[in-house]
Amino acid sequence: MTTNISSKTGLLTRIQNYFEDLKPGKFFIYMVLIAWACTTILPLVWVTNNSFRTTSQIVNEPFGTPDSLNLENYQRARDRINVLNSYKNSLIMSGTTVILVLLFGGMAGYVLSRFDFRFKETINMLLVVGFMVPAFVTVVPVYEILIKLDLVNTYLALILPHTAGNLVFATLMLSAYMSSLSSELEEAALLDGATRWQIFTRIFVPLSRPAFATVGIFTFLWSYNDLFLSLVYVSHKKVQPVTVLLSQVSTMYGTDLGLQATAVVVTVIPVLIVYIILQNQIIKGLTQGAVKG
Amino acid sequence: MLSPHSMGVIKIKTRQDKKIIFLFLLPALLMMTIFLFYPIIRSIYKTFFIAVHNINPRYVGLRNYLKLIKDPVITISIKNTFIFMGAVIVFEVGLGILLALFVDMIKYGKQFFKTVYFFPIVMSAASLGLLFRLLYNYNSGLLNSILEYFGYEPVLWLDAGKALLMVMIPTIWQYVGFYFVIILTALTKIPDHLYEVAYLEGASPFQRIIKITLPLIFQDIRVCLILAITGVLKVFDMVWMITQGGPFDSSQVLGTYMYSTVFERRLFGYGSTIAILIIVLGIVVTAITNKILGHRGVTIN
Repeated sequence: MTTNISSKTGLLTRIQNYFEDLKPGKFFIYMVLIAWACTTILPLVWVTNNSFRTTSQIVNEPFGTPDSLNLENYQRARDRINVLNSYKNSLIMSGTTVILVLLFGGMAGYVLSRFDFRFKETINMLLVVGFMVPAFVTVVPVYEILIKLDLVNTYLALILPHTAGNLVFATLMLSAYMSSLSSELEEAALLDGATRWQIFTRIFVPLSRPAFATVGIFTFLWSYNDLFLSLVYVSHKKVQPVTVLLSQVSTMYGTDLGLQATAVVVTVIPVLIVYIILQNQIIKGLTQGAVKG
Repeated sequence: MLSPHSMGVIKIKTRQDKKIIFLFLLPALLMMTIFLFYPIIRSIYKTFFIAVHNINPRYVGLRNYLKLIKDPVITISIKNTFIFMGAVIVFEVGLGILLALFVDMIKYGKQFFKTVYFFPIVMSAASLGLLFRLLYNYNSGLLNSILEYFGYEPVLWLDAGKALLMVMIPTIWQYVGFYFVIILTALTKIPDHLYEVAYLEGASPFQRIIKITLPLIFQDIRVCLILAITGVLKVFDMVWMITQGGPFDSSQVLGTYMYSTVFERRLFGYGSTIAILIIVLGIVVTAITNKILGHRGVTIN
């Protein structure tokens, strides 16, 4: 990123003065921006408000506020639909996927960035092909494999396909980043008798931390938010992730508006908190991940 | 991006390097072969069979492909997909560009708008789908509550006439912030001296945007358009949460139709044929988009 900050400040103030002269124009711009901000904020406020009210309260006075801090819906979310269990499942499966993607992607990326060998071009080509394959094409054959291995409705049934799906992009991204690293440290370490594994873990992994962070964030959110593959491979109550639980809540508790609102809130709020803390890394990770990969 | 000789890296060879190369590549290649490359081949193979419940597959040649051409739901799905593509071009990328231009012009609240616009992308389509189902709810959803507050009759939002629109709105709404951030990042890279001349010559803000800004960020717009258009072919979660493709297939897209063909009607061979159609359509649409957009635009240097 080559942002030219120094030359920007002087002119920005001038451009802004220019716009300040056009008061109605600036007012209009702010109105549009605030209007769009309302579309993202207000639905969440509305649904949070409803999560503290019973269904009959929601139906009778749509814009009413909760008369007390009524946690009944939350208790039912915990007891009846077992949200906590789904959270546990989601975290285990997405967490393991991230670890495997970073480990395998890092190793493959390191080799592709540092060695020349016979099938390198073929592998690069396969990676590019693999990147374009949507999950719709792999879902049936992978389902057959998982049935044969008796893995359907176990954590591995989602971890393995999610890992494979994200490895392509991870390998491309990490090998590109590692190619840009200087080889001085590596040479010194080799002369000191370090093994390749030591060079990988002690030099390349620490130096590539920004790329690992980007890939990790992208992979985690992609895996955590996926519904399609989860519906097929891990739909059983015991192992279902949050997304599958939500799809069942909407069909099984369709008339229970309070519980549905609470299901949205308890699945959105934790992600929102993490997002607010790590927003710059997350925004960078998701946009770079999609654009470069 | 993957140039092996970038930055003049010196490759030091030791005797064990062959083993290292093999062992380091093995896990990744194994995973991708089993769960990515083999399934592609296997999917293509399956399109030549009728396999109800995936048992006793029967070879039928090209019959699945003929069925594809005659299937009215495929026609609806493809039509919906193209309407969806048109909508994401105009509203998803268009609104993203507009909001980015506006945020680039203001002094206060830039970070706030960035935070607020981007966060729907972090959420799962499953949560947001459920949220929109609640907004659309007939009895006391937000939309009907507002209508009733102003004295209008409540509306059945998810009927066959409006269902497609009602699944497009949240999908587009979710991703506007994504393209907004890409374009905003591109805008901050434009050096100010380019605007200075226009400013001195008295160009209006509108002229400046059309003549200077847009050509400079054309490559970024191109990336956004391709991501948005090919993204439509991957839509599943949001549609599944809100309408499951219904009512009467009115909001069916290829992804939801493929899923219900395989996992509800249990037609594994025909479902695979739909999956192959999705890939082919993806390649064709990307090629056409690239052809239309070409490599116009100017670079800063």
